Amino acid sequence: MAANEYKGKSLCWHVADGVVEVALDRAPANEIGLALLDDLERFAAALPELESQAGALILYSKQSAGFSAGADLRELYTLVGQTDAASAAKGVRQFLERIHAVLNRIDMSPLTTIAAVHGVCFGGGFELALTCDLIVADKMARFCFPELRLGLIPGFGGIPRLKRDIGNGMVRDLLLTGRSINATKALAIGLASQVAAEGEALRLARSTAAQITKFDRGTAASAKQFIKPLPAEELRREIDIFCRLFALPAVMQGLRKFVEDKGVHPYLP
Amino acid sequence: MKTLEQTTDEILNLAAAHFKVSRAELQASDDFFKKLGIDSLQALELLTRIENHFGVELPDYEVAGVSDFRTLATRIQARL
Repeated sequence: MAANEYKGKSLCWHVADGVVEVALDRAPANEIGLALLDDLERFAAALPELESQAGALILYSKQSAGFSAGADLRELYTLVGQTDAASAAKGVRQFLERIHAVLNRIDMSPLTTIAAVHGVCFGGGFELALTCDLIVADKMARFCFPELRLGLIPGFGGIPRLKRDIGNGMVRDLLLTGRSINATKALAIGLASQVAAEGEALRLARSTAAQITKFDRGTAASAKQFIKPLPAEELRREIDIFCRLFALPAVMQGLRKFVEDKGVHPYLP
Repeated sequence: MKTLEQTTDEILNLAAAHFKVSRAELQASDDFFKKLGIDSLQALELLTRIENHFGVELPDYEVAGVSDFRTLATRIQARL
């Protein structure tokens, strides 16, 4: 299969009219675990060739539940439970290093990137959306950093990237309360740049991408490089803080509560 | 200013339409998790629809533990 087209277990992409369209597609809600990470790494490896064929990129979800519910906590809980603490800590750091490498690569792509977000956009999913230059939010989209409920901070680069985009006060609100916000609020705080009617985010993202591809790619890439620096030092520190917190007993307690919750409330505070 | 009854009624209409159930089947005192058979992600969909309809922002920690339509309406009323 050519690099400009791919269909994996959890991710697919193709190039059409100068736009790379990347679709997350892992039931039930694009949880980011080892399978999706593998596909994302494959995508990052294909990016140089895709970038030579396109001027814009759209990242969206084919799952009705939303863009992504975040890290695959059930997989994480299972893997950590199968090993000793030192091996678990090493595995978590390796996972974070890998996901950071992929997300940094998307973040720094010379293409103008658009996340078309509908439904749930939580945790690691939110962090993935934040790598994009623009977020087009469906009116029913919902953004959240719930990590503190687990005794953690966001680990996929979320805080430095959000801090790059919006005011620190709102970053603290989202981080420290763990509350979720809707698309209207996301637009008001400058997180989303456009709000689409229900079911229209991808169409609006395509329309925006069509406009973007009219411009000279090199000029757009220079503008992006100028306005969107990678917060590399903070991203490194985030991994260290996450790993330090992950070693505390509260995290496994929080994971156990989430995974073993047979009720209906795991995504509510 | 809407009355609590009006707000409750509008929430019931929104829930019935969103989850495609008969409005007549829903009562203000119903536990919406049980009555609608929904999970927390679906409850967040309902919360988003309610926020959009009333033009309010309702932090989810304010509705944590709330499971009946009337109590949900009181939380909305406090934001109108």
